[in-house]
Amino acid sequence: MMRTTRRAVLLGAAGTLAAPALIRAQGTQPIRIGEINSYTALPAFTLPYRNGWQLRVEQINAAGGVLGRPLEVIWRDDAGRPQDAVRLAGELLDNERVDLLAGTFFSHVGLAVADFALQRRRMFVASEPLTDQLVWEKGNRYTFRLRPSTYMQAAMLVEEAAKLPARRWVTVAPNYEYGQSAVKWFKQLLSAKRPDVQFVAEQWPALGRIDAGATVAALERERPEAIYNVTFGPDLTNFVRQGNTRGLFEGRSVVSLLTGEPEYLDPLADETPQGWIVTGYPWDQVETAEHVAFRRAYQAKYNDYPRLGTVVGYDTITAIAECIKRAGSTETEKMVEAMRGLPFASPFGPCTFRALDHQSTLGAFVGRTALKGGKGTMVDWRYADGAKYLPPDDEVRKMRPQSG
Amino acid sequence: MDFILIQFLTGLSNASALFLIASGLTVIFGVTRIVNFAHGSFYMLGAYLTWTITRALWDWGGREPLLFVLAILFAALAVGALGALIEIVLLRRIYRAPELFQLLATFGVVLIIQDIALAVWGPEDLPLPRPPWLRRFVEIAGSRFPQYDLILILVGPAVLAALWFLFQRTRFGILVRAATQDREMVAALGVDQRILFTGVFFLGSALAGLGGAIVLPSQSAFLQMDLAIIAEAFVVVVVGGLGSVPGAFLASLLIAEVQAFGIVLVPKATLVLVFLVMAGVLIVRPYGLLGRPQAHARAATGTVEPVIRPAPAILGWAGAVALALAAAAPFFAGPYAVTVLVELAVFVLFAASLHLMMGPGGIVSFGHAAYFGLGAYGAALGLRFLAVPMEAGLVLAPLLAGLFGLVFGWFAVRLSGVYLAMLTLAFAQIVWAAAFQWVEFTGGDNGILGVWPSDWARGKAAYLWLAIVLCIGATLLLRRMIHAPFGYALRAARDSELRAEAIGLDAVRIRLGAFVIAALGAGLAGGVYAYGKGSVFPTYISIPKSIDALLMVLLGGVQTVSGPIVGALAYHTLFLTVLQAFAWWRLVLGLAIVLLVLAFPQGIAGFVRQRYERARGIEGA
Amino acid sequence: MSGPVLEARGLHKRFGGVHAVNDVSLAVHAGEMLALIGPNGAGKSTCFNLLNGQLGADAGEVRLEGRPLAGLKPRAIWRLGVGRTFQITATFASMTVRENVQVALISHHRRVWSFWRPARRHFGNEADALLAQVGMADQAERPCGVLAYGDLKRVELAMALANDPKLLLMDEPTAGMAPSERIALMELTRSLVRERRLACLFTEHDMDVVFGHADRIIVMNRGSLIAEGDAAAVRANPAVREVYLGSGGH
Repeated sequence: MMRTTRRAVLLGAAGTLAAPALIRAQGTQPIRIGEINSYTALPAFTLPYRNGWQLRVEQINAAGGVLGRPLEVIWRDDAGRPQDAVRLAGELLDNERVDLLAGTFFSHVGLAVADFALQRRRMFVASEPLTDQLVWEKGNRYTFRLRPSTYMQAAMLVEEAAKLPARRWVTVAPNYEYGQSAVKWFKQLLSAKRPDVQFVAEQWPALGRIDAGATVAALERERPEAIYNVTFGPDLTNFVRQGNTRGLFEGRSVVSLLTGEPEYLDPLADETPQGWIVTGYPWDQVETAEHVAFRRAYQAKYNDYPRLGTVVGYDTITAIAECIKRAGSTETEKMVEAMRGLPFASPFGPCTFRALDHQSTLGAFVGRTALKGGKGTMVDWRYADGAKYLPPDDEVRKMRPQSG
Repeated sequence: MDFILIQFLTGLSNASALFLIASGLTVIFGVTRIVNFAHGSFYMLGAYLTWTITRALWDWGGREPLLFVLAILFAALAVGALGALIEIVLLRRIYRAPELFQLLATFGVVLIIQDIALAVWGPEDLPLPRPPWLRRFVEIAGSRFPQYDLILILVGPAVLAALWFLFQRTRFGILVRAATQDREMVAALGVDQRILFTGVFFLGSALAGLGGAIVLPSQSAFLQMDLAIIAEAFVVVVVGGLGSVPGAFLASLLIAEVQAFGIVLVPKATLVLVFLVMAGVLIVRPYGLLGRPQAHARAATGTVEPVIRPAPAILGWAGAVALALAAAAPFFAGPYAVTVLVELAVFVLFAASLHLMMGPGGIVSFGHAAYFGLGAYGAALGLRFLAVPMEAGLVLAPLLAGLFGLVFGWFAVRLSGVYLAMLTLAFAQIVWAAAFQWVEFTGGDNGILGVWPSDWARGKAAYLWLAIVLCIGATLLLRRMIHAPFGYALRAARDSELRAEAIGLDAVRIRLGAFVIAALGAGLAGGVYAYGKGSVFPTYISIPKSIDALLMVLLGGVQTVSGPIVGALAYHTLFLTVLQAFAWWRLVLGLAIVLLVLAFPQGIAGFVRQRYERARGIEGA
Repeated sequence: MSGPVLEARGLHKRFGGVHAVNDVSLAVHAGEMLALIGPNGAGKSTCFNLLNGQLGADAGEVRLEGRPLAGLKPRAIWRLGVGRTFQITATFASMTVRENVQVALISHHRRVWSFWRPARRHFGNEADALLAQVGMADQAERPCGVLAYGDLKRVELAMALANDPKLLLMDEPTAGMAPSERIALMELTRSLVRERRLACLFTEHDMDVVFGHADRIIVMNRGSLIAEGDAAAVRANPAVREVYLGSGGH
C-alpha cells in the first residue's frame, strides 16, 4: 500500500528530498496550487495527467520557480463526485491556504468547482472538462478552461466531414450532456455547411453500458453513408469490435470524437478501424522542437509515453506559472487579469487564454486512424489551432453572462 | 423481419452473460440470504483473470480456442475460490448479525477489490486481442452475426442445464434447494451449514467469474465493470424471483430482449426501461416471475429485535454537549470544519430518515437517495423555474420528496424484504435517469448551479446554525416519533403483521406513513445539502448515495434509535479522513469497513447498548 | 336472553375439489364458551378462519350482533369488538409486556397517528389493569421476546381484551402448553367470559380442556357439523364416538 501521509506533493530541483531544504534555506513560501481530479474514478486519463503536471512542476522549480518561489501542488481525489469536489475545494482554500484551484476532468465536477470559485472569488483553472457551458452559459470571471471544448472538437471534425460525399448520416453518442452537446453541435455545424446532409438515426447508449451488438445492428439497418461517433472508453472498444465483426464500418465514412487520443486509441490495439476521421494526439509523430523536448523529458522521467492527459496536466502548470509571472502576485484579481489574454507555450505550439470567454486556444490534432504494427495510430494529421474553431465573438458574448 | 431476427439473437447472446452473473447471485441469496454487492467485483475479476491467463497460455501455446476455454475455466475456478475464501474469513463470522448487515461487509470487499484491481492491472482498459477465429461471423438473414455471439447464445441454456443437473442429482444440489426453501429445516437435519454456505459461495462466485470471462472477447476488462453490472444483475435476480435459477434465466432473457429492442424504439430511455420493467413485474407479481413468498430479507435465524427503552440521561447530556460544541464551532474552528459540520448535520438526518423505515419499520430501502435527490432538485428546480428564494426552496424540498415518497411508497409497501428494497431501487434509478438524461429540464449530469442560500444565511456560521436547526431538529422529531404511538404501531406491524391486524392496525397504511415521513426527512436533508453546496447533481440520487445511507444506518446499528446518528457521524468522518489521507483510499476504507463489521456486528451503537444493558443487568430480547 | 353475539349460517368453502366447510351454521351467545372440535382435517381451522375474516366464504354469512361481516378485513372485525388469540402466539417481540397491551389500547382509542407524547405514557393504568386480570402484572416490564409460552398466551389474552370485546375467538388456546398451564389458562378465560359477559368460541385438540371448560361443544367432521350439545351429550353421541374412536383418537 502506498501511503502518503499528506498528499502534498512538493517537488524540488534535485529531487524530493533536497528540495524542501533548499526552499527553507531561501526562506520563501511556495506558491500553492490546489488541484482536484477524478484520480480513482478515471485513472486511465488522470494518472498520465498527474504525471504531466508533476513533470512541469519539477521543471519550473528546477529553473528557480516563479517570482523566486517554488510551486507546490496539493492534490485531492474527488472520486468523480461534484459534491466531494466542492467540499475539497473549500478544504484546499481554507485549510491548505492554496492560492488558486485547478484540475477536474468530468464536466459536472468542473462546473461545480467553477461555481464555487465564483462564490468564493478565487481563481480556478479547469484543465480537462469539455462542456461548453463552463466558459459560455455558465462562464464566470474566475474560471478558465484549458482543453479544447466539445464545440471546438466537433467543429474540427465538421470541417473534414463536410468534405465527404456522404449525405446520409447516423450518430451514436453516450446519453448525457457531453454526448448530447457533441451531437447537437456536429449536426448544427455540418448542416450549415452542407444543407444536403440528413441525419437518419440516433443511438444513445447509456454511458459505460453500451449494448454494442444491438446498437450496431440498429445503425446498420438505416444503411447510412456515414457515422458520427462520440462513444469512448470501454463503450468504444465494445462498439468497434461489434462493428468490425458485423461489417458496419465497411464502405462507410466514420467521424469520431476524441478517438485519436492515446487514452482511447490504444485499447483498440489491432482492431483499430482504418480511416476514421478523428481528433486526437499522435504523440509519436509530432516532431516540433517544443514537443520533442517535452516528450524526451517525460520519457526520461517516467519511462512511458505521453498521453493527451499528460499534455493537459503539463500545460495547466505552464499556464498558471506564466499567469503568476505576468501578474507579479498571487492575488486573485491580479491573476485573473493576467490570465485574460495570456500567451503561453504548449508542446503543441503557442496558445492564448482568450479574454473574451476564458477559453484557451489549445488545439487538437485532426487526422485519420490507421493500423501500424498491430497498433492504432493517426495518419494524415494536422494540428488544428483551437483559435480557428470557435464561434464569432458576438455569438460568444451572447451566450456568456456579461457580468462575469 | 430480418432485422427483428438479428436483434432477437443479439438479445439472446447478451442474456447468456447476464444469466451467468444473476444465477450466481440468486443461488447465493437463496441459501445465505446475503445481498452480495461484491458479486459485480467477482464478475470484474473474472474478466481480468481471463485476460491474464489467456495471454499467458496463448504466449505459450499459440492462440488456440481450447486454451481460451481453459483460461476461462481457470479464471472461474479462481474467482470461485476467492468467493469461498471471503465467505470463510469474513461472512461466516457475521451470519448472526441483524438482517442485511452482511451487505455492509460485501460493500467493503467491493472497495478493496477496486483498488487491488487498479494496483494489479493498471488504469487502462485491457482488451483481449481477438485472433481470427474470434472475429468470424455467419451470414444470417443477409446480415453478419458474430459467431462468438452465436456460441454465447448456447452457453446460457448449457449452464442452466448443468445447474439443473447439479440441483436435482447431487446431494449438494439437493441441500442447496432445501436450504433455499427452508433454512432451519436443513440445519435441523444436521447438515453442516458452514460447508454448504462455503460451497454456495464458491459456486455463485465462479458463475460470476465465468460471466466476466465470456464477455471479454466482445469488450475489454475495465475498472468500472463491477458497479456497471451489479444493478442489472440484481434486477434480473429480482424479476426472476429471489433464489430461483430458472427465474433468473427467464428474467435475463426478458431484460436482454427489452434492451435489444428498446434501443430501437426508445433509444434515449434504455436505462429507465430496465427499471420500468422491474417495477412493472414487481407490481404485478410481488415475488418475481418464479419466486416464492418466503424469500425474506429478514434473517431467518429467528433473531428478535431488541426492546427500545428511553435513552439513559447521560446519552441525552452527551448529545446536548456535542450539539453545543458543533453550534459553537464557527467561534473556534476553521471554515472547512464548519463546512464539514453542515454535511454531518445533513447526513445525520439522511440516515435517521432511512432508519425510521429500516429499524422500526423493517422496510429496507436500496433507493433512499431518490428522496434526498428529489429534495435537492426540488430546491434547485424551484430556483430555476420559479425563482423561489431559499426559504421557500427548503419547504419545496421535503414536499417534492414526500410527494414522490407517497407515490413510490404506495407500490412499495405492499411488498416485503428484498423485493421491496429492489422496487425502491428501481424507483430511485428512474428518478436518477431522469435527472441524468433529461438535460433540458434538469440540466443533466451538469446539474443546476447557483443554488446559494439567502443573504442572511450566506455566512458560514449562519448556514451551520440553519442546518443544525433544520436537520438535527428534524432528526430529534424522528426520534420522538419512534417513541410515540406511531413508532410503536410501526414496530408492531414489523414484529407481527398478523397480530397488528388483529388489534385493528392497518399495517400497510402505517408503513406508507413511515415511507412518506422518511421521504420528507430525506428531502429536507437534500434541500439543506443543495444550498450548502450551491449546486445539485444527479450523483445525489445515484446508487452509491443510497448505499451511503445504508452503510451509515447499518454501521451505527439498525436496532438502536441512536444508531443512524452515530453511524452517519462515524462513516462520514471516516470517509473524509481516509479520502484525504490516502491515495489508495478505497482500499483503506474497505478494510476499515470490514474491520468495523467484524468488531461490531450489532453496529457501533448496538454494541454500546449491549454492553450498557449487560452491565446494568437489563434483560435484552 | 338477547340474540346470539356471533351467528353463522350455511357456510361453504371449497379448496379445489375439497369441500372444506360444508353448510355449517352455528351461534355463540354472551357469557358462553363454545368449543369447536373435530379430528385433523375436519375443517375446523377453515371454519374458524371464515368466522374471523381471514378467509372469505363461498356461500353463507357470518353476523356479529346481526351485522354481516362479509368482506371485512380482520382489523375492521376487531373494531366491531372481536378479540383473538392465535394457535402460534403472535405478540410484538420487541416490546415489553405492558407495551404490547398499550399498543392494543392505543389502536382501540384511535391514537395511532400521534407523533409526540411517548407511547409508554399512553393508557399505562389501563394496561396494568388488564395485565392484572390475566395475572401478568409482575412481568409487565419484561420483553415479550423472552417470555415462556404460557405467559405469551396470557399476554395475547390481555391484548384481545383491550378493545373491550363482545366476542373472543381463540384458535387452539392451549396448544404447546404444559397440562397445569392449560387448566390455569382456561380457568382464567372462563372467569373472564363470565365476568365480562363475553361470547367465546375456541377450537381445541385437548379433550380434557374441552370437556372441562366448554359450556357447549360442536363437532365437525369432513367439513360438516355432526353433533352439538353439552359435554355429556357430545360424549354420548354415537356419530362423535364413531369419528373419534373409529379413527383411533380419544
